[in-house]
Amino acid sequence: MSFINYSSREINCKIVYYGPGLCGKTTNLQYIYNKTNPETKGKLISLSTETDRTLFFDFLPLSLGEIRGFKTRFHLYTVPGQVFYDASRKLILKGVDGVVFVADSQVERMEANQESYENLKVNLAEQGYDLAKVPTVVQYNKRDLPNAVAVEELRALLNARGSPEYQAVAPTGVGVFDTLKAVAKLVLTELKKGG
Amino acid sequence: MGTQLVMYDEEYNRINAVCDRLTKDANAKVVFLVDKNGQLISASGQTQNIDTTSLASLTAGNVAAMGGLAKLIGENEFPNQIHEGAHESLYMTIVGSRVVLVVIFETSTSLGLVRLRVKKASDELAKIFEALLKKTETPGGLASPFAEISDDDIDNLFSE
Repeated sequence: MSFINYSSREINCKIVYYGPGLCGKTTNLQYIYNKTNPETKGKLISLSTETDRTLFFDFLPLSLGEIRGFKTRFHLYTVPGQVFYDASRKLILKGVDGVVFVADSQVERMEANQESYENLKVNLAEQGYDLAKVPTVVQYNKRDLPNAVAVEELRALLNARGSPEYQAVAPTGVGVFDTLKAVAKLVLTELKKGG
Repeated sequence: MGTQLVMYDEEYNRINAVCDRLTKDANAKVVFLVDKNGQLISASGQTQNIDTTSLASLTAGNVAAMGGLAKLIGENEFPNQIHEGAHESLYMTIVGSRVVLVVIFETSTSLGLVRLRVKKASDELAKIFEALLKKTETPGGLASPFAEISDDDIDNLFSE
């Protein structure tokens, strides 16, 4: 749910990176954080365990510039991917404006991808959202690994609705900004429609 | 997808005035008002050394987590929370089930005074937000600035 402030002429939107454990959601945010100008970003907050697994969420505020005199700000969140953190995942989805589903391309993670995708649908529905109506971008991550399955196979499983999709190698940044731009664009387009 | 929070000049000024007054009346260091989704609405007092964006997001996370806990034990939510530090403490209260009022205070004031002043301020804020919600829902209100944006406007954001 975006927040439009006519007084300070700002618009704030919330984007959530979703996906199975260890698929690279936090890595996406870390890459974005490392590659953006200091004046356009805030602090990257990671609530993680001692072994660097996301416990609650990662958070990165980003400014994208102005549209018609309104400053556009995006708040990027990740959810904890591990199955047993489901209660936390639901909380992060509250007020979401756009979703990036990060899939792990490795063949042995196909089941985890599907489980996480179904979980996204269920959790969105619990918050009163329909995944088919939420601006969504699908990212096929870890494309550099030898055991990556064909994109067609991932698409059939995770992107039947034909959302914008990108292949990525998050640690080196391949596809990371393309994904972010695509979801930001979808969110702003949705706002335009809703206006 | 739920009601979008929209803020107009009139309500924004009234909200800021309530927060400013609360800062003085409670002898607080900082007063924040945060949307439950983590968006900062207003900040008053000594905010210069505080990362307000992170504070807003973590406040929302905390309130959401405590709300989840409350539901597990059969409560609707925990409307008030106090976190006591060695030098500074934090008092959070949920206003109109939509926003969170956060007061950061030092040992120079007392929890009793903070509580008392917060109660009054949160009643006033609840009324303002009620009015704001009505205004947002009224058809024919201010047109969204995004109704007129073009695809080019959006593309321009990403042309670096």
